[in-house]
Amino acid sequence: MYSAIVFLPLLGAILAGLITIFGAAGRHPGGETGHGDEDHVTDAVGSEHGHGAPSVHGDAAAVHVAHHEPHDHHVPAAVGSRAAEIVTTALLFVSAILSWVAFFRVGVGSHELFTVPVLSWVHSGNLVADWTLRIDTLTVVMLVVVNTVSTLVHLYSIGYMSHDANRPRFFAYLSLFTFAMLMLVTANNFLQMFFGWEGVGLASYLLIGFWYHRPSANSASMKAFIVNRVGDFGFELGIFSIFVLFGSIDFDTVFGNVGAVAGSSAALHIFGHDFSGQAAITVACLLLFMGAMGKSAQVPLHTWLPDAMEGPTPVSALIHAATMVTAGVFMVARLSPIFAFAPTALMVITVIGAFTAFFAATIGLVQNDIKRVIAYSTCSQLGYMFAALGVGAPSVAVFHLFTHAFFKALLFLCAGAVIHAVSDEQDMRKMGGLRKKIPITYVAMIIGTLALTGFPFTAGYYSKDAIIESTYAFGGNVGGFAFVLLNVAAIFTSFYSWRLIFMTFHGAPRSSQEVQDHVHESPQIMLVPLYVLSIGALLAGVLGIGYFVEGGYGAFWKHALVLGEGNEIREAMEHTPFWVSSLPFVEMVIGFLVAFWFYIANPRVPAELAREHQGLHRFLFNKWYFDELYDRIFVRPAMWIGRFLWKRGDGWLIDGLGPNGVSARVLDITNRVVRLQTGYLYHYAFVMLVGVALLVTWMMFTR
Amino acid sequence: MMDVAVFPNLSPALAEIVLAVGAMLLLVFGVIRGERSTRTVTVLAVLLLIVAIVIVAAVSPAATTFGGSFKLDAFARFMKIAALAGSGFAISMSVTYSRREGFERFEYPVLILIGTIGMLLMISASDLISLYLGLELQSLAAYVVAAIHRDNARSTEAGLKYFVLGALSSGMLLYGASLVYGFTGHTQFDGIASMLVHGRSLGLVIGLVFLLAGVAFKISAVPFHMWTPDVYEGAPTAVTAFFASAPKLAAMALLVRVVEEAFRPITADWQQVIVFISVCSMVLGSFAAIGQRNIKRLMAYSSIGHMGYALVGLSAGSAQGVQGVILYMVIYMSMTLGAFACILSMRRNGEMVEDVASLAGLARSQPLVAFVFAALMFSLAGIPPLAGFFAKYYVFLAAIQANLFTLAVIGVLSSVVGAFYYLRIVKIMYFDEPEHAFEPAPVELRAVLGLSGIFALFFLFFMSPLVVAAGIAAKSFF
Repeated sequence: MYSAIVFLPLLGAILAGLITIFGAAGRHPGGETGHGDEDHVTDAVGSEHGHGAPSVHGDAAAVHVAHHEPHDHHVPAAVGSRAAEIVTTALLFVSAILSWVAFFRVGVGSHELFTVPVLSWVHSGNLVADWTLRIDTLTVVMLVVVNTVSTLVHLYSIGYMSHDANRPRFFAYLSLFTFAMLMLVTANNFLQMFFGWEGVGLASYLLIGFWYHRPSANSASMKAFIVNRVGDFGFELGIFSIFVLFGSIDFDTVFGNVGAVAGSSAALHIFGHDFSGQAAITVACLLLFMGAMGKSAQVPLHTWLPDAMEGPTPVSALIHAATMVTAGVFMVARLSPIFAFAPTALMVITVIGAFTAFFAATIGLVQNDIKRVIAYSTCSQLGYMFAALGVGAPSVAVFHLFTHAFFKALLFLCAGAVIHAVSDEQDMRKMGGLRKKIPITYVAMIIGTLALTGFPFTAGYYSKDAIIESTYAFGGNVGGFAFVLLNVAAIFTSFYSWRLIFMTFHGAPRSSQEVQDHVHESPQIMLVPLYVLSIGALLAGVLGIGYFVEGGYGAFWKHALVLGEGNEIREAMEHTPFWVSSLPFVEMVIGFLVAFWFYIANPRVPAELAREHQGLHRFLFNKWYFDELYDRIFVRPAMWIGRFLWKRGDGWLIDGLGPNGVSARVLDITNRVVRLQTGYLYHYAFVMLVGVALLVTWMMFTR
Repeated sequence: MMDVAVFPNLSPALAEIVLAVGAMLLLVFGVIRGERSTRTVTVLAVLLLIVAIVIVAAVSPAATTFGGSFKLDAFARFMKIAALAGSGFAISMSVTYSRREGFERFEYPVLILIGTIGMLLMISASDLISLYLGLELQSLAAYVVAAIHRDNARSTEAGLKYFVLGALSSGMLLYGASLVYGFTGHTQFDGIASMLVHGRSLGLVIGLVFLLAGVAFKISAVPFHMWTPDVYEGAPTAVTAFFASAPKLAAMALLVRVVEEAFRPITADWQQVIVFISVCSMVLGSFAAIGQRNIKRLMAYSSIGHMGYALVGLSAGSAQGVQGVILYMVIYMSMTLGAFACILSMRRNGEMVEDVASLAGLARSQPLVAFVFAALMFSLAGIPPLAGFFAKYYVFLAAIQANLFTLAVIGVLSSVVGAFYYLRIVKIMYFDEPEHAFEPAPVELRAVLGLSGIFALFFLFFMSPLVVAAGIAAKSFF
């Protein structure tokens, strides 16, 4: 059953991929007219190079430009689109059903941790990594999240992508992503996890750049890939350190020996410093966390996530909100037995997480692109999760991950429905007054917003409040820091969420008449996922809190999560004062009221405020100038070095002295030699005699 | 000492005798029947060559005759068969060509026959006098066939240049031979070698250089190559094909026999000369060919280069080296005949074209011809697993085993440079803007091209008997 859960999506991906390939062959019979797809790819990439502009950063300016989701209306749909949709969605549906069965057996039921061997993989010296599925509560929670959201997104995409010509490819990618994500969450060793990790990165890259004829999509996909490389570099170093310290990359072996290694003198030797025992583990944990920062878009590796919105909206919902970006959270939770021995690392995680939560929320306040607002919200919520991980409450973090998946996917899919309704417009300034025209979407989005802002008894209310409480309970400087930032972020969250609702659905319509005439509710196939996710957004918290955090904690998690010694946070959370537990609600109300005042009661206030605090507004609007900073520090020097090595190093030096130089000399010699051949007999005879004379002379002197 | 009273054993030279008698009979026949007889004479000439192959291969015993100045050993047998085959192909390739170009004369096959007799004598010569006789017989025939198209100014110019320079080289050779005789008192190779065991004088070394210069002229090794491009370009293409094949092989065989039999005791001396002309030939052949636009001139430089590679094997002065030379010459001859079969079929609007660029688009108009020609070019460039690769492999291997590393490295580098112009031809055929198609090639050219292509492409599958035979032939000297 567990193998089926993991491999059915792979089967779907392969089938859809085959359909894509044969469909492409059918679309260009004989291949004479050129492979249109490939041509486009090279064109797009070529133009990237041609610009010479820092392509990774290339679309920072485009942020402010209204985005359109371009479906290729002119190209006929690929053959077998329908078949690809049905196959992948059906297989995922089965997989999702099985995941829920697994969830009830393992999580709610009494199954302890067990493993499902798949195949033997790497046996090289000490390095042994077999392909084994590790099934415990953490795994099944992730299975449920991934497969449920993925199924719904598949379903939604059938409607959303119906105008697109390349649907088989899209569904192949989606299923491939799902498979990779499942590989990641079922990993039983670091190598397997890394495989899934890179697999989701690849799928993310492919899907962000799905509309490859758009330069901004191409640069966004490259940016995501490259920024993730930075994190993955750390992750790899982390894995290497683990192997150095433990001599194994198997989870059971590593988890079982953390205590022993922490107390031993096993050492990492880095840059002339020796880190031994606990310090070594801290180093390894920080390196691993670097990977998590990349994948989960934490400051300073967050820059790729907003740009990733270049991908189709269902992709944003699935990958860049509900599942892949939570991989970092999952990883830290999965490795909680190791992190429990690295309090310093946990402290760093708390600070980074809390800061990201605050930082992303501030940016979300002023963005105008509907998807980017939600993207920054995602970034911010991921910060919450890391803060919870840092203070030693992984169960709370995973709980938030679980609820967040529902309401954030819901928000994205609603945004997609809105975009769909207003003819692929994404700029909220050109929306407004949509409430009456698309009521179902409106209601669903309200539900998502309530859940996100933590309205009582919705999903976010339980999980987010639990995080804030846990930081308070943790106390100390770090806990206090996190507590303050998260509370401020909660006000901002409420504000930008309601701002989004008000700008989009309320007020006077600001779009063109032509667009307004076309506004329509989405088809049922897109609405059904909204219904399901709405239910999840409303009920996931109230149903889950008992298992994930409160009373059922021990029976639910069993030994999937490990807390550090002396971790009293769960008891402490029980005793938080009333003002702490009611604070999030108050903040939510404040955010709502301010947003209401700004965008409904007094719509001129925001513009005035922005004018009065121009510097601050611009600072936030330009996302704290992170992209500009990276552009200056990394991109431009890298481009400069690349250009230098290309023009001077390769072109001038290597080609000049190498291929080009040699061939030029060859031609010189050739021309000179050819000139010897004059056609005159006496020249020829002369050469012969000179030759003989030379040879005779030579022989006379060397005899 | 030769006893004049004793009648020499003629059986080892039976092939030469048959060819000589046959050639004269054909001449008489042609004179009586006039120009109409050309077809018959051509066919009979080829048949005669086949008969000669059979005689060399199966009838004649291995022996030395004519008082030690004529030798039929395994080496001679192998090279003679190759030379006879090369001449046979050269004659058959000329049939349609000579008719179209208007020099269809019965003298042509007869002259080739006479030249072939000269070659056979060269291969068997183990005496300075028989060496010279064979060489001159072959050369005189070659001078005439170079100018066979006597209405054509370029053809006559080629013949004249070849003759004058050939005379100069013969003079050098004779001068060298006389010095050798003067310093050793022998004309027979065995005798010369027996004298050289006791050391050599400066005069002998000078004689050696002149002798080698004369022979080097025949294989067109640098710096005695100057005639080659002009003669190759000027002579009718069928004649060029002949020049590039059997005579080269025979002259190389002669060179091998001279240095390995007569001058074995002073290997260190002749080795220096051979290495020098080998390096010069390889380098010049590679570089100069790049500048050529005329495919026949290009093939001329190509053959200069290939002679250089073959000499690499000879420089080794070992059995492996000689084996490499034998293989190299056979493979080179087969490839070059195929290449010329393609060049001979470059005909458009009733005229021959010789421009390399006019091959453009051959891959579309005649894909099979283009493919075989491309294979031959790859083979000439020495790309595995084609025949040309193994040719180079054996000579370089021999050089390395003889510790001639510098020579081998220069050889490999110049073959890299040389690959350029071979591959350029492939590129022109396959990727350049197509020109008008050629006229369809006559059947004999297609046959030769096909055989040559098969040889080059599938050499890997039948190389082992050939390699073994060459090994046995090379053992004749060791």
